[in-house]
Amino acid sequence: MRQRAALVNRVLGVMAVAGLAGCASAPSHVDPLEPANRAMFEVHEVADKYVMKPVVDVYTAVVPKLVRTGVSNFFNNFDDLFSGINALLQGKPDKAGNDFGRVLVNTFVLGGIFDVASDLGIERGGEDFGQTFGVWGFPQGPYLFVPIIGPTTVRDGTGLLVRIYVGPVGFIPDVPVRNSLYGVGAVDLRAQATDAISIADTASLDKYIFIRNAYLQRRRYLVHDGNVPPEKEEE
Amino acid sequence: MMRNVSYALWRAATIVAVALGMTAMVEAQEQESPEALVKRVSQDVIATIKSDPLVQAGNQARIREVMETKLLPHFDFARMTSLAMGRNWRAATPEQQQRLTDEFRTLLVRTYSGALNQYRNETIDYKPVRMNPGDTEVMVRTAVQRAGGAPIQIDYGMEKKADAWKCYDVVVGGVSLVTNYRDEFNEQIKNGGVDGLIKTLADRNRGVAAK
Repeated sequence: MRQRAALVNRVLGVMAVAGLAGCASAPSHVDPLEPANRAMFEVHEVADKYVMKPVVDVYTAVVPKLVRTGVSNFFNNFDDLFSGINALLQGKPDKAGNDFGRVLVNTFVLGGIFDVASDLGIERGGEDFGQTFGVWGFPQGPYLFVPIIGPTTVRDGTGLLVRIYVGPVGFIPDVPVRNSLYGVGAVDLRAQATDAISIADTASLDKYIFIRNAYLQRRRYLVHDGNVPPEKEEE
Repeated sequence: MMRNVSYALWRAATIVAVALGMTAMVEAQEQESPEALVKRVSQDVIATIKSDPLVQAGNQARIREVMETKLLPHFDFARMTSLAMGRNWRAATPEQQQRLTDEFRTLLVRTYSGALNQYRNETIDYKPVRMNPGDTEVMVRTAVQRAGGAPIQIDYGMEKKADAWKCYDVVVGGVSLVTNYRDEFNEQIKNGGVDGLIKTLADRNRGVAAK
């Protein structure tokens, strides 16, 4: 427990320093750390090509679709719980009610392996800590690219660390079980992203920039729940 | 007897011709609303995907044909390209603009034709469009409902042209497929000018084709 807190502190510290460094160089730009990020992106691309993608290909080929959906649903059920908490933190009780309702229904039916709540028409809230910080008015901070995790920002990365810190996977005492869950979760996320990644491969002139723009647009949209204020035209 | 038959045929033909002519006139007077257009075109394309065995099998030539005939005539690619270019659009000559539009069109078609046979019985909700009479631009908002997944918002930016409404942007889950290119285009132009961008797009299109 203390070890984990220390790790989180250290990573937060690195991120804070990264944020300050970013402010010093080019405060207006979204990606002041671009050279470092591009280096991380290259690492990620190699790791993805030789580790993640082959694993995911085997996973998709061997594990039946029904089971893969069950795995997604199992992890989504935890995300829904935290979406409810974040909806509350953002003052959106209706959304929170939906999310907590979903968790109750889905957990009751075989521990969240089936998404019965969606069949009943209860929509997922899709909130997270990064969005909560955004709603609270925290600045987005510099864009970051982290190998395996992918695109993020100082604000969203902090949100992710909070999420990892509060659990629940981190509270599982059995280390192999815990790490297996992290591993399966990562494979599940990568499998879900396969279509989007293949579009980025075909569509982009510069994949790094393509992913950065798509990520930042998407997060902006989520923070504003789809009602994005019109952007100022470029000068 | 023979004369009667030919007379009946002649009359039927006249009635059909008049009816067609009237429909055409009504259509010319009342332009199809952007919402109705999006709905009609997407339902038409979905019906084709569902019923066409070649599309289902992933036959790229047939998919391209369906896109070219049913989908692409409703897009304004010059407007899309100018949006992706931002302020650089005006710096390009008409000839460069034409080449950029052609290359960008090819890139978008190549990218998204691969997604056309991914349709899996999703249903589309069309949200009511808020629009004042006289508006020449409007967002048509839709939500694609997937079995066992969160709905995906797909919005179509529509502009009123002389003959019909045309689509100039598609926004998927908040990500504009057009403005997403702005930084990439800017970077290419900064490094190699407008011709540099044209070359990169052309190379990319050839590379994708070679794969």
